Order: sequence, then C-alpha cells, then structure tokens
Amino acid sequence: MAPVLEARDVSKHFTVRSAVGSTSVVRAVEDATVALEPGEIVALVGESGSGKTTLARLLARFYEPTTGEIRLDGAPANGATRAYHRDVQLIFQDPFGSLNPLHRVRYNLERALRLHHGVRDKAERNRRVEELLERVSLTPVEQFIDKFPHELSGGQRQRVVIARALAVEPKVLLGDEPISMLDVSIRLEMLNLLNRLRTEDGLALLYITHDIASARYLCDRIVVMYAGRMVEGGPKEDVIANPRHPYTRLLIESSPDPARAVDDRAELFGAEAGELGEPPSLIDPPAGCRFHPRCPFAMDVCRTEAPPRTEFPNGQWTHCWLHEDEGEG
Amino acid sequence: MRADLLRGWKVRFGLAVLAFFVLLAIFGPWINEYVLGIDPRANDLEAISAPPSADHLLGTTQFGQDVLAQTIAGARGSMFVGFLAATIGTLIAVLVGVPAGYFRGGVDNGLNFLTNLFLVMPVLPLILIVAGYMQGTGLWMIALIVGLFGWSGGARTLRAQALSVSSRDFVLAMRMLGEPHRRLIFFEVLPHLTGWIAAMFLHGIIGGVMAEAGLAFLGISDSGAISWGTMIQAAQQQSAVLRGFWWWFVPPGLCIALIGTAATLVNFGVDELSNPKLRQARRSVVKRTKTLRAAGSEA
Repeated sequence: MAPVLEARDVSKHFTVRSAVGSTSVVRAVEDATVALEPGEIVALVGESGSGKTTLARLLARFYEPTTGEIRLDGAPANGATRAYHRDVQLIFQDPFGSLNPLHRVRYNLERALRLHHGVRDKAERNRRVEELLERVSLTPVEQFIDKFPHELSGGQRQRVVIARALAVEPKVLLGDEPISMLDVSIRLEMLNLLNRLRTEDGLALLYITHDIASARYLCDRIVVMYAGRMVEGGPKEDVIANPRHPYTRLLIESSPDPARAVDDRAELFGAEAGELGEPPSLIDPPAGCRFHPRCPFAMDVCRTEAPPRTEFPNGQWTHCWLHEDEGEG
Repeated sequence: MRADLLRGWKVRFGLAVLAFFVLLAIFGPWINEYVLGIDPRANDLEAISAPPSADHLLGTTQFGQDVLAQTIAGARGSMFVGFLAATIGTLIAVLVGVPAGYFRGGVDNGLNFLTNLFLVMPVLPLILIVAGYMQGTGLWMIALIVGLFGWSGGARTLRAQALSVSSRDFVLAMRMLGEPHRRLIFFEVLPHLTGWIAAMFLHGIIGGVMAEAGLAFLGISDSGAISWGTMIQAAQQQSAVLRGFWWWFVPPGLCIALIGTAATLVNFGVDELSNPKLRQARRSVVKRTKTLRAAGSEA
C-alpha cells in the first residue's frame, strides 16, 4: 500500500545563540526516513533527546525541515496549511498542557468541527461533539461536555485531546508519547483506544515512546532512533527478538524483565550499564556512527564513516557496520 | 471567577470608590445645579476665602467660588482624562505587545524597536513640548498625549507574557488544529493576560488623573475648564498653603489620592485572583480553623 505520510531524508538543525553571541548548531534530526501507511501503527522509540519529538513536529509541519522533504499522499507538502492539518494531527505528550485551561471541552471540539467541516448549525454541531466524546469513551457525554480541563483527570483530558484530533477526521495521527504522562493504570485503555481507531478508521499512526513494552503491544513496525539518527527498523517481533544494532540491543535489555538475572546484561556487553556512558551532545556529535563511543563492538571504520543502510530479507534494516556485508546490499 | 473577585474587602472598597467617582463625573453638573444649587464659577463676594460653613460646606476660594461645587465639577475632567488615557494606553500596549510576543522574529524586532523608542523618550518634557505646540490644550488633547506616550512599559510586559504563553502546548495544539493567528491571539493567548491588562488599565487611570493634575499644576491646560488640577494650580498661585486655606487644596488632592488608592486596591484583588498565594484567609475560615485547633488541643 502507498504510504500516506512520508519523510524522506529529513534533517532539522537548530541554531542556538548563546548570551555572548556565539552560535552553534544542534543537529536534532539527521537523514530520517519514515513512511506511514493507512491502518498501520509505527512506533518510534529512543531515549530522551534522540530527536523523536522533533521528528514528530517535522511531520506535523510545525518546523520546516532543514533538508529533505515531507510527502503527503505522494506529493511534497509545502507549509503548514489548514489543508495539511486536515490530514495530519498531532497529539501532545502532556494532556495537562495541551488544553487551554480557560476553554470548556465543548469549545475545543466545536472549533475543530467549525474549522474543518464548516459545521455552522448548532444542533448538528452538538450532535457531532457528543458523537466524538462517545468515540473516546467519555460517557455519559453530558457529564463531560461542559467541563473545564481542570475538572478532568489526566486520562480524561488525553481523551479530549484525542477527540479534538479526531474531530478533524485526519488520515494520520502523530502521538508524541501520548501515554507517558498518564497514570499506569489507564495506559492500557489508552493504547486500546488508539488501536481501535486504527482498525475502525484505517488511521495511520506514529506512536512515539521510550517504552519498548507499549510499542510491542500496540504497533506493527518499530523504528529506533539514537542521537538524531535512525539506527534500526522493521517488523516489531523481528526487531525485538533479534535486534541487529548494538544500541537496539542495549535499549531492549534495559527494559525491566523479571525473567532475566541482574548480571545478564553485563555479560552481553562486557561492561556494566553505567560504564557504557551517556548519549552524545547533538551540537558536536561523534563522527562516523553516532553510537561508537558507547558501542562495545566499535571498530575503526565506525569512528570515521557513517554506516550505510543494510536491509534484511525479513524487512528489517539497520545502519551498522557490523552487518554491512550480511544484508541484501 | 467574577464572584471570587468580589469576595475581598479590598476589591469591594476599591470598586465602590471608583464607582462613586464615575457617578460623580457623570452626574456632577446635575448635582451642582439641582442638589447644591451652586454654580462652581459663580463668585460669592460675601464669602471670600471663607472656611467651611453651612452655606459653603467646603468653604470658598480666593475668588469666592464654592470649593465643593468645584470639586464635584472637577471630577468629570479628571475621570475623563484618566479613563481615556488608560483606554488609549492599554489598547496600544495590547496591540503592540501581544503580537510582538506571539509572532516573534521580524514582527517582534519591529514592534520591540518601537516600544524601546517610546520607552526611552522622556514623557514629561515631551508632553510639555507637544502641549506647547498644540495651541489650546483641552482635556481631549491631554488624554491623547498621556495615552499615546504612556503605553511602552505595558507593551514590554505584555510582550514578555505573550512570549511565554504562546509557546505553551495548548497554543501549539490549537495551531495544529488549523486555527488562524487572529483566533490564537485573541482566544487562546489574550485571555491569559487579562490580569496584566486589568492592572495596566488601573495603573493607566492613576497615571492619567495624575498627569492631568500635574499638567494643570504646571499651567498647561485649558484655563476655562474646571478640574482638580486647575483647582490645585489656582490654590498654589494664590499661596493657599502659606495663607492656611487648607479647604481649597485638600479636597481635590484627597480625591486624587483616593482614586489612586482605590485603583491599587482593585489591583490587589486582581493579583490575588491570578496568584492564589497572595490571598488572605477570610475571617470565617480563620474562625473555623481556630475552633478546630482548640477542639484538637482539648482532645
């Protein structure tokens, strides 16, 4: 199936000016390529500062990419127009911040309906607002429709945020860590809601998270980012069961697993986690592969040249010199 | 929210005083004519510089004019300048400051340059020059000058606030929804600045009233008009202070001070609304806590 939203080799550099006037460039995202297909959920995983949110905002046309292009329905998208937002909606991480405390639930949804569907008739608008609230399971509707955000819990707010995005009837939903600020007990409901929207409406979903377990639960494909670059991707089971890139391995091993003993990981990497160091500065990223300062398997070539994309027959791909000669080329 | 605002005694008192003076400004001439029956310009030659008495409740001036009638008549001029100057100043501050903070970049540079320009301009000398240039400075002119030259500080504050509010997630979220900038500014950002704008407006009223009085005191005003400023100026010219005619200059001065106090008190209330930490416990709450504490220590 043709991808509905696609990023091709997009990079985003931010120029930072310090107080004394010297400038430096933060290379937040570099050469990222991702394609979203209808009815498919892609998870974008990586630690804090790996460029996940920047990529999501690039896809939402909140930032203009420094290089590369964003394609919607196969055509290059220019600028953040209302037509673009009719197809692509973004859900923010923090449901406590993404609703204006001065507006009622109804206002948020009615604005979306008015802007994108020109619903002027009051009764019709009311009906559709109620319908939206029902879809995100905020029932009984009349209990929520006139509430202010501060009268709702985190999960209820995030449902309002999702309902607002759905009111537009988009083709693509970008979820920027949509459950990370929510209480653990309601995260599963949220994931199921997203899953239902995918199956019922054929939405394409980009699910950004640092939590591998939820990515595994929800998504079809996984893309792993490290320090602004994509390091590995492919069908979720393959990536999780058989990670090719050492960073993916580290990431998967770092999620708690009761079945594993304490020192298994040290054995795997020949070092304790603490000794593996910190992610690099994006102002002055390491040359070659960005993971090489932390990589236990680093070779000379890793320090000088960025690894090319290696594709495997099962749809998995990685940027790593270790696998350079294994793939299809 | 509105009910909260009226809960404190400060706000109630402040609003009451302001309302009193507004009513005085509106109905002043009518009161003078029908209730007191005294023309503020009429010279009572039998009572020159007379202290308060039954005939003239607040005494008379050097020229035998009734001070109470003049104070009542003067309210209109002072309140008019105060409100008009505050409205103009606040409006310009909002129109310059909020877009500067919201749009950033080039718009911000341009508007901020304008703000800085007005910020470093010495307002009082400027008013003197403009007033001297414009022949015949009526109340309109003074209000316009005060408003047009007094907005820069407020614009600076609003710019900083708009800068912070417009980068918050809910503004970005509504932008993602495709809201036009106009709606984002007026429906998402501006409502969060109402506290600041209200404070600015109140401050503008005090500034306008003071500026009018100050300019009249310096002799820059329509000599025919009666305002608190012209009253104080006349009193000063006739050395009322030296000669002990306190009833001549105290009433207009007190009125100006009262308006200033009232505006400040209302401002406290607005502050408390936006910053609950400043709120004082109401007496009923204090009482309840005390009884609870007493009950607790007995047990």
